[in-house]
Amino acid sequence: MTTDVSTFDADDRGWFGDFGGRFMPEALVAALDELTAAWQEAMADPAFVAEFDAILREYAGVPSLLYDATRLTEKVGGARILLKREDLNHTGAHKIRNVLGQALLTRRMGKKRVIAETGAGQHGVASATAAAYFGLDCTVYMGSVDTKRQALNVARMELLGARVVPVDSGSATLKDAINEALRDWVSTVDHTAYLFGTAAGPHPFPTMVRDFTRGIGDEARAQCLELTGRLPDAIAACVGGGSNAIGLFTAFLGDPDVRIYGFEPGGDGVETGRHAATITAGDSGVLHGARTFVLQDEDGQTIESHSISAGLDYPGVGPQHAHLAKSGRADYLPITDAQAMDALALLARSEGIIAAIESAHALAGAFDVARELGPDGLVLVNLSGRGDKDMETAREWFGLGKAARE
Amino acid sequence: MTVSVAFDKARAEGRAALVGYLPAGFPDVRRGIEALTAMVDAGCDVIEVGLPYSDPVMDGPTVQAAAQQAIDRGFRTTDVLRTVEAVAATGTPTVVMTYWNPVERYGVDRFARDLAAAGGAGLITPDLTPDADPHWPAAADAHGLDKIYLVAPSSTDARIAMTTAACRGFVYATAVMGVTGARATTSELAGPLVARTKAATDLPVGVGLGVSNGDQAAELAAKDGIGADGVIVGSAFVRTLLDHPDDPAAGLRALTALTEDLADGVRRGSRG
Repeated sequence: MTTDVSTFDADDRGWFGDFGGRFMPEALVAALDELTAAWQEAMADPAFVAEFDAILREYAGVPSLLYDATRLTEKVGGARILLKREDLNHTGAHKIRNVLGQALLTRRMGKKRVIAETGAGQHGVASATAAAYFGLDCTVYMGSVDTKRQALNVARMELLGARVVPVDSGSATLKDAINEALRDWVSTVDHTAYLFGTAAGPHPFPTMVRDFTRGIGDEARAQCLELTGRLPDAIAACVGGGSNAIGLFTAFLGDPDVRIYGFEPGGDGVETGRHAATITAGDSGVLHGARTFVLQDEDGQTIESHSISAGLDYPGVGPQHAHLAKSGRADYLPITDAQAMDALALLARSEGIIAAIESAHALAGAFDVARELGPDGLVLVNLSGRGDKDMETAREWFGLGKAARE
Repeated sequence: MTVSVAFDKARAEGRAALVGYLPAGFPDVRRGIEALTAMVDAGCDVIEVGLPYSDPVMDGPTVQAAAQQAIDRGFRTTDVLRTVEAVAATGTPTVVMTYWNPVERYGVDRFARDLAAAGGAGLITPDLTPDADPHWPAAADAHGLDKIYLVAPSSTDARIAMTTAACRGFVYATAVMGVTGARATTSELAGPLVARTKAATDLPVGVGLGVSNGDQAAELAAKDGIGADGVIVGSAFVRTLLDHPDDPAAGLRALTALTEDLADGVRRGSRG
């Protein structure tokens, strides 16, 4: 039995039910229309799709493995756990898929410059990488709070040839970096493409970014069938803006027996107010060009989010996730910092894999699902990124590195 | 109340209207009202009251700084309505300029009702185009409020036609591709945009983004030149107050002097 997946998709103006759309200055509408047309033409052009596939295969290490985590399964004590190893991609996360797609489209549109926002620096590094690969000029906006926290990623971007601009306005974090990138874009839109880092923002970004990341789920579904002869009972991904999650979920939306879980950053716990669990605890609103769930105060001012994982620390969420939550097709649940860090350690010690803290949220949630399903169950988790970038956080959290200090 | 009254009066006098902007709650609610009242007394024909917002993607550093000051001092959405009520009481048409989320959060119909009750004339919506969402046009029509949407140099003729057809009061032409902020020279994009907009509508066309002195105002208002029906000034007013943080009286004097220079400019423009 299959479901009509079109009900989960956007209409031609970017509305996923009540969510999405395009709340943008008129000055940018022409550019968004131009981008929409170029993306739709490109996706219908077999040569573009073939070139994208070839670059992913030959440069980015795609398709990533689907790994049967038997020791982890044993430790957790429930359903069999499969890991989609996006951490093994070039630059260490699923994000390379999105930036290579958008940069390839930029080249097709004849633009020579790209801009991007970044929080922890992962999307900035991926954008700088794609810009280097395609020979594009690249400017990355990054909150000044984050440039200080993530000095190594600033250096990476600079080594790749990008210019990094610290943003001091507002809370000087990811949301303000997006604001500043939009301000750049409104003045430079005739020759500049905005490589948006997640499946959020105004139409066509939520759908376009999904198209470039949906290979995660397409591959995982086929790999799972080949490995196990059946579909998983449940799939799981972490959700900040939601690009890795929508990349995994899309292939399974039409499989009604596959339960879909998005795990949100619960920070210190949703009840403390210090979290970034937008769907769990936010309200409908408009942020960065789309109607979606937003962490906001009673006057509609954006509230700063909190998460141990910089990549999930965003007060909005992609509109398709808002729609999947409201329609009931997917469940979104919070995972605290502590739960995520416990999952990170368990995976490291049982399988020798250090996951990104973002991905550890998906793991922690999947452990609960696995226990609920029991030994006959099958859970597929998107391991969206590797944890090298998070070692400083892990060192502090677990009190590691004592030998080095003695 | 509609801003048409002010544009009609200016047109009858053979000149452009002067539209002045400050965010509400800056430097605080009371002094913000004093400043806007001084701008009215010195010659502004229409007042725009900004609603400070946490994520102002169309604003440059000057307006951002003022809005942030207001937010840091505990600005609330109701402060905009208080400010409108006080300024509209002078008889000068007063509109609110706001990003969309605070209105949606307040309740679109409730905001329209309370704005109308405060004597407000309408709303300028920099991140809400007429095709983005149907709720605002319905609420505005129900409460008799002006709907002022933006057109930009990058707008296609089709979008200018669609946008101007949805406007009531005036059309806001953003003369530069960029964020708010005073600029040394008038954009060469202003003339063609005003001409394309006027080809699509009989509504007055206000031109904004970048104007900081009377000479620029005169250039925009010149009938044989760009031919703007309204000259919109924001960042230059904000800058004037930011430059006098510790001497409110001097700030008000400077604001009055700037307003008089601009008011002279929109009149000189009609002669040149």
